[in-house]
Amino acid sequence: MKFLSQEETKRISDKLLALTKADQCEITINGSRKGNIRYARNAVSTAGLIEDTQLVVSVAFGKKQGTASVNEFDDKSLEKAVRRAEDLARLAPENPEFMPTPTKQEYKASQTFFQKTADIDPEFRAQVAAYSIENSRKNKLVAAGFFTDGAQFTSIANSNGVFGYQTDTGLDFTLTVRTEDGRGSGWVKRSVGDASKFDARAASDVAIEKALRSVDAKALEPGRYTVILEPAATSDVLAYMFNSFDARSADEGRSFLSKKGGGNRMGEKLFDEQVNVWADPWDKDVAVLPWDTGSMLARERQDIIKNGRIANLDYSQYWAKKQGKRAIGTPGNIIMAGTNKSTEELIANTKKGILVTRTWYIRMVDPQSVLLTGLTRDGTFYIENGKIKHPIKNFRFNESPVSMLNNIDEIGKPEILSGDEWQYQLLIPAMKVRDFNFTSLSDAV
Amino acid sequence: MERRAFLNISSLALGTMLLPSFGRAIAAEELLTQVDVKFKKALADTAMTAATQAGASYCDVRVGRYLNQFITTRDLNVENVTNTESAGVGVRVISGGAYGFAATNDMTPDGVAAAARQAVAIAKANAKLQTEPLILAPVKGVGEVAWATPITKDWRTVPIKEKAELLIAANKAGMDGGASFMQSLLFQVNQQKYFASTDGSYIDQDVHRLWVPFFATAVDQKENKFRSRQGLSAPVGMGYEYLDARPEHKLQAAGGVTTLYTKSYDIIEDARLAGKQAKAKLKAKSVEPGKYDLVLSPEHLWLTIHESVGHPTELDRVLGYEANYAGTSFATLDKWQSKKFKYGSDLVNIVADKTTPGSLGAVGYDDEGVKCKNWDIIKDGILVNYQATRDQAHIIGEKESHGCSYADNWANVQFQRMPNVSLKAGARKQTPDDMIKDVKKGIYIVGDGSFSIDQQRYNFQFGGQLFYEIKNGKIGQQLEDVAYQSNTQEFWNACVGICDERDWRMGGSFFDGKGQPPQVSIVSHGAATTRFNGINVINTARKIG
Repeated sequence: MKFLSQEETKRISDKLLALTKADQCEITINGSRKGNIRYARNAVSTAGLIEDTQLVVSVAFGKKQGTASVNEFDDKSLEKAVRRAEDLARLAPENPEFMPTPTKQEYKASQTFFQKTADIDPEFRAQVAAYSIENSRKNKLVAAGFFTDGAQFTSIANSNGVFGYQTDTGLDFTLTVRTEDGRGSGWVKRSVGDASKFDARAASDVAIEKALRSVDAKALEPGRYTVILEPAATSDVLAYMFNSFDARSADEGRSFLSKKGGGNRMGEKLFDEQVNVWADPWDKDVAVLPWDTGSMLARERQDIIKNGRIANLDYSQYWAKKQGKRAIGTPGNIIMAGTNKSTEELIANTKKGILVTRTWYIRMVDPQSVLLTGLTRDGTFYIENGKIKHPIKNFRFNESPVSMLNNIDEIGKPEILSGDEWQYQLLIPAMKVRDFNFTSLSDAV
Repeated sequence: MERRAFLNISSLALGTMLLPSFGRAIAAEELLTQVDVKFKKALADTAMTAATQAGASYCDVRVGRYLNQFITTRDLNVENVTNTESAGVGVRVISGGAYGFAATNDMTPDGVAAAARQAVAIAKANAKLQTEPLILAPVKGVGEVAWATPITKDWRTVPIKEKAELLIAANKAGMDGGASFMQSLLFQVNQQKYFASTDGSYIDQDVHRLWVPFFATAVDQKENKFRSRQGLSAPVGMGYEYLDARPEHKLQAAGGVTTLYTKSYDIIEDARLAGKQAKAKLKAKSVEPGKYDLVLSPEHLWLTIHESVGHPTELDRVLGYEANYAGTSFATLDKWQSKKFKYGSDLVNIVADKTTPGSLGAVGYDDEGVKCKNWDIIKDGILVNYQATRDQAHIIGEKESHGCSYADNWANVQFQRMPNVSLKAGARKQTPDDMIKDVKKGIYIVGDGSFSIDQQRYNFQFGGQLFYEIKNGKIGQQLEDVAYQSNTQEFWNACVGICDERDWRMGGSFFDGKGQPPQVSIVSHGAATTRFNGINVINTARKIG
């Protein structure tokens, strides 16, 4: 794949804009190179490299919109893409909620590209797998893992003068290590933009140690417990709530952020005052593109929860106009304020509690209260008098992140996470939370 | 179920509108063009020749053209109409006892030959890491054959306007029924799949699928309460004729609480009832937690079957290949080898079947060229088999594959995926109303809701769409805040009654996820209304700030 430069995407975008007869036109060009290696049963099962470049043209005649895409960039293909989009727009029904494409935006570049990540090659990936497999074998354990890395470029342009170009990189690593007899299981996850911050050996050792420590788990009665949720466990729960910060749903009465009698709960204190959450495209640890590709609006640093109060909701351009608000780019990251306390310190300050490595298969039970159900997995331990006493069997929980963020005893150090179930980059701390509701036991290891 | 895609779908009721991406967008008139079968055969032969010359002992080639159309509506507006296409070639080889795979969208002889050579190079590299060589169950080449989903109305020929108007009419019916907000979607799929292998098969398949979910939400702003009810249609392996509702395909739920559908679907009627029932949910009685006898409709039970039987009996999970993502399985080989592992009560007979007409998983041949068939997984309550592909059959002592290989796209490698896994109807003549007559304290659940199960498939929790109290043999008032929790083996052993064939119908999933990088699959699960005694029901109502 050819990694198109800013000049090249600008030239292609200008050509497309000149070709269209539509009232407005939006263009997105992106390309990616993604490598991966997957292993299980202490052997590599698949490894691959996927390269793709795509151009998307979206045009509108009045309130009728059409979109087309090609992955060829010669003049004939560019013309074909524009004509296809125009054809679809003519066929499409009028959308009364259609909004015009934005006017010129200020996109202040963010640090999203790291050469060391872009340089990852098959040998690097194989070495990641080798660390996990060799160390697992030495400990009579069985490794199953997945490592994926990618380098991308994205370019956006529209007929109102908007243009943006940026490159970004990222890697994601997950490893599950199980004992040969299946009585113990440990897990680790790492997500970073800069490969120099990734240590495969250290990460693998975390899963290995958890697997060894988790053997012979004892059963504890379900009930309400003080829990220390490691950042990965916290992020899976919180991401569901942040997916529900849509202003329109709240105003229409179908969100946990709806207000009795109408309107939303902006400004209300819904959480413990220790809770501070914001989005910042320029954050040094979880930088994201300075625009929202869907709307082409610039992103801004914005508070989401400030001292426990709802500080901002997501407004689409349509809803913002209707409600007299200003629409900005939807956040690409979620950052929650933490402390310098390590998870070990949180454990040391705990008289009785449960340490949760990971949460699993979380689903919304009741959107009215954001009640979620899910389970613990791959390393759940009982804490007594500041020390991990023994592994315990996994639990199912039924809990709302809203209640959880009201029951915070202590906050730990944030970690970078990305996931299968949300679109954000997250920087989320470990947390000690009281009265966390475990409703049944699971025999799964 | 595929995680991110599912969340996108399930969040529609909350106002988020994200479409899954299946390929590049194309113009309407291009949907009807077909790739010439001679062209596909020539490409496949080129790839197989290049692979064998490079040292492959086996090669299969999948030439795919995947067409989709999505229509999304909100209240009385059409939000989006999207046509997408993805076309290309995937080449899988064995060399040195290991697999290699490469895919390309360059559908020229040079392009596919290069992909084939690349696949062989990958196989040779993988062979160095291989702990034991692959053993493929034999498949006899079938020569040049074709298979197509038996449809009577091709969605590609139905005007967009007609389809959009149907969705808008459904939304209007829902709002007339009592919903404050309606969202409805139409997913339409055509997979033109060509498979060829060095075993001597050239299989051309034309697969059609369709799904029309909707979400009715009722809001009481005074009380700051909202409740929703999703549509009760099934995603189907059928053409657009599924939406031509016929009276003989309707049946009444137990106690006449709602209308249910078999081989065709009346979206207008269902939307109207959904609006009414969502509004009624706002004032429904909150359930008293405790043990109940559950009577589960097929519209609900399909998902419990999927999670608690379909996934744990996937052989790759049992062996540990999914340990880092979807998990492993409690249904281990020793349990199967014992021939006496009591998965469920004597009434429980679960079959795998990739031939059921109208099902999502129905095709003529799987993605390894294996002719589709049916077999028992649970017989009279005993675990008797798994779901296997060609490279797994020998592990369970079988001489031929079950035909469970599937890739969601030409660009992804095929691997073991779930066939349609269904609960057989009961032998005793019994309707849902008959079944309820001797239930003293129970709950009747219609439609699927929230779902969650642990990584070895023991502990689960399910919600639903409609819940009705059963008291002394009669259906009573509508309930809310209901979810049940159980352990897979305990649950299936608590099965005490299954209605007969007249009540058997299918539900299913368009987005069943597995693998890393993740792939989605499609699958149907059939059942008749079934009773489970003494299941733990929890109350899910919560107060927040």
